[in-house]
Amino acid sequence: MTRGDHIFRAAREAAWATLVVAGLGFPIIAYRAEPDFNNALMLQARWPLFFEFCLAAFVLRFALALWSGGAAKAVARERIWRKPGWLGPVALAVLVVYPIAIVGALGPQAALKWVDTYGVQILIYVLLGWGLNITVGLAGLLDLGYAAFYAVGAYAYALIAPATGLGFWALLPVCGLLAAFWGFCIGFPVLRLRGDYLAIVTLAFAEIVRIVLINWDVVTHGEAGLFGFPGLNFFGLPFIPGPRGFAAHVGLPFAGVHKPIFLYYLVLVLALAANFVSLRLRRLPLGRAWEALREDEIACRALGLDTANIKLTAFALGAFFAGVAGCLFALRQGFVSPSAFTFSESALILAIVVLGGGGSQLGVAVAAVFLVGASELLRELTFLKSVFGEDFDPAQYRMLLVGLAMVGMMNFRPRGLVSTREPTIRLGPEPAK
Amino acid sequence: MSARWIDDPILRVDALTMRFGGLVAVNEVSFAAGRGDITALIGPNGAGKTTLFNCLTGFYQPTSGRIAFSPERLDAEKIERLTRSARKSDGDTFLLERMADHEIVRKARLARTFQNIRLFQGMSALENLMIAQGRSLSRAAGFSVLGLLGAPSWRRAERAAVDRAAGWLERIGLTGRADDPAGELPYGDQRRLEIARAMCTNPALLCLDEPAAGLNATESRDLADLLRAIRDEGETSILLIEHDMSVVMRISDHVVVLDYGQKIADGSPVEVRENSAVIAAYLGVEETDEPAAEAALAESAKTGSDAT
Repeated sequence: MTRGDHIFRAAREAAWATLVVAGLGFPIIAYRAEPDFNNALMLQARWPLFFEFCLAAFVLRFALALWSGGAAKAVARERIWRKPGWLGPVALAVLVVYPIAIVGALGPQAALKWVDTYGVQILIYVLLGWGLNITVGLAGLLDLGYAAFYAVGAYAYALIAPATGLGFWALLPVCGLLAAFWGFCIGFPVLRLRGDYLAIVTLAFAEIVRIVLINWDVVTHGEAGLFGFPGLNFFGLPFIPGPRGFAAHVGLPFAGVHKPIFLYYLVLVLALAANFVSLRLRRLPLGRAWEALREDEIACRALGLDTANIKLTAFALGAFFAGVAGCLFALRQGFVSPSAFTFSESALILAIVVLGGGGSQLGVAVAAVFLVGASELLRELTFLKSVFGEDFDPAQYRMLLVGLAMVGMMNFRPRGLVSTREPTIRLGPEPAK
Repeated sequence: MSARWIDDPILRVDALTMRFGGLVAVNEVSFAAGRGDITALIGPNGAGKTTLFNCLTGFYQPTSGRIAFSPERLDAEKIERLTRSARKSDGDTFLLERMADHEIVRKARLARTFQNIRLFQGMSALENLMIAQGRSLSRAAGFSVLGLLGAPSWRRAERAAVDRAAGWLERIGLTGRADDPAGELPYGDQRRLEIARAMCTNPALLCLDEPAAGLNATESRDLADLLRAIRDEGETSILLIEHDMSVVMRISDHVVVLDYGQKIADGSPVEVRENSAVIAAYLGVEETDEPAAEAALAESAKTGSDAT
């Protein structure tokens, strides 16, 4: 193909892309409905913005088409990648040292955000991702309502802790078991469903849970949520200033960062335990049965596997992890409300699993760091205000990031970040790394 | 010549009917399969063979009829007693039409393969064979608890299962590809792997739905050898649906012929080959053309036995 042909084709592709953007953008960008001072809706024309979008689409698509030489090429790029042996220990060492290093580098005040928002929050999402990975990645049961189990765990802690006076050590498994119970309950009616139908039922279940939380005022306090429940303590020592607190006991000056650091290690230990259980289970008959179910349900039945049991355990164990994560969420926030467990939460966790490459522990962890970490980092980009004006709130572009990540993945790694599946058992030697 | 399917059947089907709305796919079919026999179920396309299979293995709930099965000994009186009760089984005698598919495999020890191969494509050949042993393994894993802790009893059981799987891989010539995804194996290997997988459930009756479909001459000869070897070990009887007449005539001890959902013939391969109704059904000729059709069928069977 000559250079001229190439440019012509790129231009044609760019023209099509522009047309699509124009068609989609016309109703949402060109006109905006704004209430005026009488509260009546006024249509506000924004033609310059509309043309800017069209121009951007044309230029970007043209450049992309020239650079990649057509769309077809991008697909074949997936390379087989094997996890190097040193990765696990190094990652673990980094995770263990991380909070101490941050506090050392930035001081206890500035480190708070890095330990709490980035450390604890991301680890909770890793735990959630690994939990959902059992249901979606291994057993292949598409669950769009995972946040429901997360909510069950969080509310279980927030309701049971003040009522019974039990500490979080006792309540962690209780939250997990309650969520697992609900996982079991949702599992029953959907035993015969697969794929899209299953997804819709789980979606509906999550909405039911959320709406119950909003409307069951007497117990859940509706939208206002629950707070003031007992928080985290260090084996009986509360994280408060003064002589009775943790800091005074161990002879440290009081700092707000102590609690998140403790919580960080708590979540880290639980996440590692979850990882251990997942990896071990994969090698057991139950884990293999999950994967077999994902591959071919009819063949499973022909081999005498009870698919009902397999599905229920996959739902229940996935939900158990979510319940534990919910309990940790309540401990971290000190406040739970239905707005934390919306569909977008389920979607984010599912995005983590899909982006990570269903079935891979490492991929899920990396995807959680990327999606949650990057969307938190967006909040930091305040300097962009000087470029786009004071109204610009970078945090609002979070979902755009998820979208971009998905588009990028479809192009470059259509089966997820880590898509190579290692057999759970080998007859021959390990292949060369 | 004594017929084992009369003296010592492993499976007895009585007046089995399967109706889909107005369509009668299987109509009052009765036959028996002998213990230690290779029984072939043949018939033109749409005769109801696969439907019958699906009824036997619990994938369909038959409209009416009875399917009695016993890995040990099928006793007519016991079957009658069981039929009158509401139970699914009495000792080692089972009424399959009352059981769910996975129970049939686990308790009655009946295993099956599929016309379109149903391996776990993304999983390795070895894993496929391990899943088939999941039932006994999961007991050894103490419902995952002992397995999670890595208990010695579980390790022993796992090693035994791997050995058994490795033995089957050796037998079907796939040892070198044990760790490759099953979906990447050549077609003929996939067929044999599916049979090995069914055998790993330790079946008393192995039901094969067109095991030779899509195989070349060498591959179907290997397959026939494998099936005969399984039969000769004496632990497993075989029931197979097959279109490839050379395979059927070469290995089967007993042939049952279906046409339009009804049984039209039942007997030894030689008897069936000479049966005029079978010839008419198979070659779609009028009864008047019988001698020509008979000659054609005999010819096809002859080329089959020559190949042995």
